[in-house]
Amino acid sequence: MNALPPAKGQVIGHSVTRLEDGPLVRGQGRFAADVNFPRQIFMRVVRAQIAHGHLIAINTEAARALPGVIAVWTHADVASIPPIPFRATRLQGLEPYCQPILAAGRVRYAGEPVAVVFAENPYLAEDAADLVLAEIEELPVLLDARLPPAEFAPGTSTEPAIVRKQFGDVDAAFATAFDVVALDLSVGRHSGVPLECRGAIARYDAAHDVLELHGTAKKQHWNRDEIARLLGLRPHGVHLFEGHVGGGFGVRGELYPEDLLVCLAALRLGRPVKWIEDRREHMVATNHSREQHHSLRAAIDAQGRLLAIDAVFHHDQGAYVRTHGARVADLTAAMLPGPYRLHAYRVAGHFRLTNKTPAATYRAPGRFESTFVRERLMDAIAARIGVDPIELRRRNLLASADMPHARQLDALGTDVVLDSGDYAGLLDKSLARFGWDALQAELRARRAAGELVGAGIGFFVEKSGLGPSDGVRISVDRTGAVELVSGAASVGQGVETVLAQICAETLTVDYRAIRVVRGRTDRIEFGNGAHASRVTVMSGSATHLAALEIRAMALATAAPLLQAQPDELTLARGHVVRIAAPETDLMSLAEVAAHMGPGSPLMIGRTPGLTAERWFYSDHMTYPYGVHLAVVRIDRGTGEIRVERYLVANDIGRAVNPMLVEGQIAGGVAQGLGGALFEEFRYDEAGQPLSTTFADYLIPTLAEMPALDVLVAEDAPSPLNPLGVKGAGEGGINGVGAAIASAVDDALRKPGAITTLPILPRQVHAMLPR
Amino acid sequence: MTQHHSITLHLNGTAHAVSVEPRHTLVDVIREGCGATGTHTGCEHGVCGSCTVLLDGEPIRACLMFAIQADGRQIRTVEGLAHGTILHRLQQAFIDHHALQCGYCTPGFLMLAAGLLEADPNISDDALQDGLSANLCRCTGYVNILRAVRAVAAELRA
Repeated sequence: MNALPPAKGQVIGHSVTRLEDGPLVRGQGRFAADVNFPRQIFMRVVRAQIAHGHLIAINTEAARALPGVIAVWTHADVASIPPIPFRATRLQGLEPYCQPILAAGRVRYAGEPVAVVFAENPYLAEDAADLVLAEIEELPVLLDARLPPAEFAPGTSTEPAIVRKQFGDVDAAFATAFDVVALDLSVGRHSGVPLECRGAIARYDAAHDVLELHGTAKKQHWNRDEIARLLGLRPHGVHLFEGHVGGGFGVRGELYPEDLLVCLAALRLGRPVKWIEDRREHMVATNHSREQHHSLRAAIDAQGRLLAIDAVFHHDQGAYVRTHGARVADLTAAMLPGPYRLHAYRVAGHFRLTNKTPAATYRAPGRFESTFVRERLMDAIAARIGVDPIELRRRNLLASADMPHARQLDALGTDVVLDSGDYAGLLDKSLARFGWDALQAELRARRAAGELVGAGIGFFVEKSGLGPSDGVRISVDRTGAVELVSGAASVGQGVETVLAQICAETLTVDYRAIRVVRGRTDRIEFGNGAHASRVTVMSGSATHLAALEIRAMALATAAPLLQAQPDELTLARGHVVRIAAPETDLMSLAEVAAHMGPGSPLMIGRTPGLTAERWFYSDHMTYPYGVHLAVVRIDRGTGEIRVERYLVANDIGRAVNPMLVEGQIAGGVAQGLGGALFEEFRYDEAGQPLSTTFADYLIPTLAEMPALDVLVAEDAPSPLNPLGVKGAGEGGINGVGAAIASAVDDALRKPGAITTLPILPRQVHAMLPR
Repeated sequence: MTQHHSITLHLNGTAHAVSVEPRHTLVDVIREGCGATGTHTGCEHGVCGSCTVLLDGEPIRACLMFAIQADGRQIRTVEGLAHGTILHRLQQAFIDHHALQCGYCTPGFLMLAAGLLEADPNISDDALQDGLSANLCRCTGYVNILRAVRAVAAELRA
C-alpha cells in the first residue's frame, strides 16, 4: 500500500517547529470568543440550581421587561427540536435518555439549561438571566451509580444499558484456579477542562441561504449533518467553521444544547448570536468523565499467571446520554485486558444515570480507568504470590510472537486485534532508562533514613486510528503554492504541521509553504474530525496517498514535455528532475501546474488542475503501548504526595515529529497527575456541585510537575497504514493513575493500600504508620 | 450600574478613549473596547492567568480588575511584544521549544514571563519556577514552557 520506508525522511521524523505558532504567540489567534459579527446579540443560559425535580414554572417576565433583552426561551419555545443525538453504537435503547436542548418538565442535574436569554450585550444577558425564576419541585437525588437503579421516566430505569463482553470459559478457569485475587476500586469524576471554555457563534446569511456556526471543534461534519437534521435544514446549507481551539481532550467539539440554541436563534431572530461559556458554567455544563467503580476477580495459577478475569463495573454517566452513547463503558470493558495474555474474560459494565453533569470521553477514555484497575490487579497478584511486580508482569505480557493478537473482543464496533508490539522489549528499555535497579537501592537507603518513598509502574495499551475513513485533497496552483484540505480538525495538537510534513516529504517542498485547511465543512464534503488519536493515522495516511498521486500526476504531465518516460523522473526541491541527474531542476511544480490549468492544450477534454483527493480506509484500530514509571515521596506531616521523577515510554510505530509527540506525552502526564492526585468533581448530598471554580477543582501547575523523561519508541510500526504510525495523543495520560497508585503503595509499604483516585493527602495521612 | 464613564487605556503605547460601565472588567475592555483579543479569559476568577497583562510593568490578572481602575495607566499585552516582524525573544523561544500547543494560555504565560524577567533579569531558577507556577496550562505539562523561559533567562544572564 505505498508504504513509506521506515527510515527517517527529509521532513518526516524531524522535530521541526510548528506552522501553527506564529499567530498564536502574537496574540492573533482566532478562538471562539474572538469571533464577532456586525449586529450580533448574546445568549446566556439559565441553568437549574437544583439537581433533580419537576419544573413547575419558569417566570421570564422580569427578564423580558429589561431594556435590551430581545427574547427569552424555555422548553415550550424549542419543543419542536429533537434532543441531542448520539453517534452510531451497537447498543440499543439509548434514545429515551438523550438531553433536550432546554429542560422538558424535569431537571436532572444542577446546571441543566432551563431557559435562554438573548440580549444586546453579554453583561445585560447575564443581568436578565438572573431575573429568570425557575420554580422546581425537588425530587430525591441519585448520586451513586452503585445503588440500585431508579425510575428515569415512566417505563425506563436509570440503567440504560449493560455493556457485556466475554471470551473463554471463565467459570471453569475460576473452578480450577490456584488462587483468586479480588479488588474493589474507584476512579473519581474528572474531565478535560480545557483552558478555553466552549463558545458558539451562529449567523444566517440569507443572501446565500447558509447557516454558519463558528467556534466549532473536533467533529464538524457529523455535527453539521446533525444540526441540519435537527433544525430541518439541508446539510449543504449549513456550514461549520473551526478557528483556533483552546484544547479539546474529548469534551470540546461535541454537540451540546448551546450549539443548537445559537443556530435556532440566529434563524429565528435574524441576527448573529454569540454564546461564550464561562468557567463556572463549564464545570457543570461541559462533559464530565471517568467516574467508575470496579469489582473484579482474577483467577491465577501458582506462578501468578492470569487464567481469567471476571469484572463488574458501574459507570456514572450523569443525567443524560450524550453524543458518545455508552462509548466510555464500552472502551473500559474492551481495553481492560491490556497487554496481558488472558484465556478467559467476562465483564459487565453497568451504564447508569445519576443526577450529575452528563459524562462522556476524556483523553484515553476507558483506558485511564481500566489501566488503573488492571495494574492495581497485577500489583495485588504480585503481592499475593510474593513476586516482584515487574517479574509478575513479565510472566503475563503477550510476546512479540503473539502479534497480531485477536482479543476476541470488540471496541467501538471493531474487533480488537493488537496489531504489533514488543511489550517485554519496551519494559526492558524503560527500566534501563529509568535506572530501576539502582533506584531500588536508593529508595531502600532513603527509607532507612526515615523517608516515605516508593516507585511504581503502570503498563498500558492504547488504541488509536479509529476508521472508517478520511480523505485529503492536495492542490498545487500555478504559483507552486500547495494547499492541503482535510476533513480532520485541530484542537491544538499540531495537526497542520504534521500533515504538512507528510505532504512535504513526497512533494519535496518546504513544509512551511503548505497551507493546511481543516475543520471546515465548506471546503471538503466529508470528514471524521480529530478524536481518538486518529488524525496522524487516518488523515496522515490519506495525505501520504494524495501526495503520491500528485507526484505521479506531475511526473506523467512533465514526462512528454521533457521527452522522458515518467519512471525516469522524480521530484527534488519541488521540481521534476531526472533520476539519473537529480541535481538539475527541469521543471517546477508551478510550471507543471500551469501546464495542467484549464486553458492548457494538454488538458483539453480532461479535468484540469494538479489536484488529487485520496481516501484512506481502515477497519481496525492500531494499538500503541507503553510503560509509566514513577517515584513518589510522601510528607509524613501532611500526607502530601510529591512526584519526584517520572518516565513515559511509548511505542507509536513512527514519530512524524518527535518534538510534538513528546509534547503530547508531557501534557498527558500533567493531566494524568491531575486525575491521580488533585482533580475531582465533588457533590454534596443534595447533588449540588462543589467543584465549580479552579480554587475547588485543582489543575496541576508547574510546581506539581516531576522531572519528566519521555522515551518515544518506534520498534513496532503498525502494519495497518502506509506510514506505520500509531496515535500519540493519549499514551501520556493513560498509565498515570496506575503508576502513581503503585508508587504510593510502595512508599507506604502497604501493597493494595490505594483503591481510589484521586489519592488525597488526608487519605494518605490516615494510612501513615503512627 | 449602567452609567458610563469615559476613560483612557494606554495599551501598548497607544491611547484608547473608551466608555465603560464601572463593572466592566479590564480584560473585557482590552478585548472588546480596544480590540486586542490576544488576551484571553480562562476562568474570570483570577486563578488560571490566561488574562495576564503587564500593568505599569507588573503582571496582573486583567479579569480581577475593573477597567476603570486602569484609567490612565500603562498596559502591555501580547500584541505589544513583537517589534513589527521581529518577535520578542520569549515569543521565539516559545516556538523553538514547542512551549505551546493550543496556544490559549500562551499570551498570559508570555506576559507573566516578560514581567518576571524584566523585574529581575538575574532571577534565580527557583524564583522563575515559582513565578511561572502562577498560571495554568492544560496542554503542555509546562515542561517546554519552563525550557523556553529558562533559555531566555540564560541569554539575559549571559
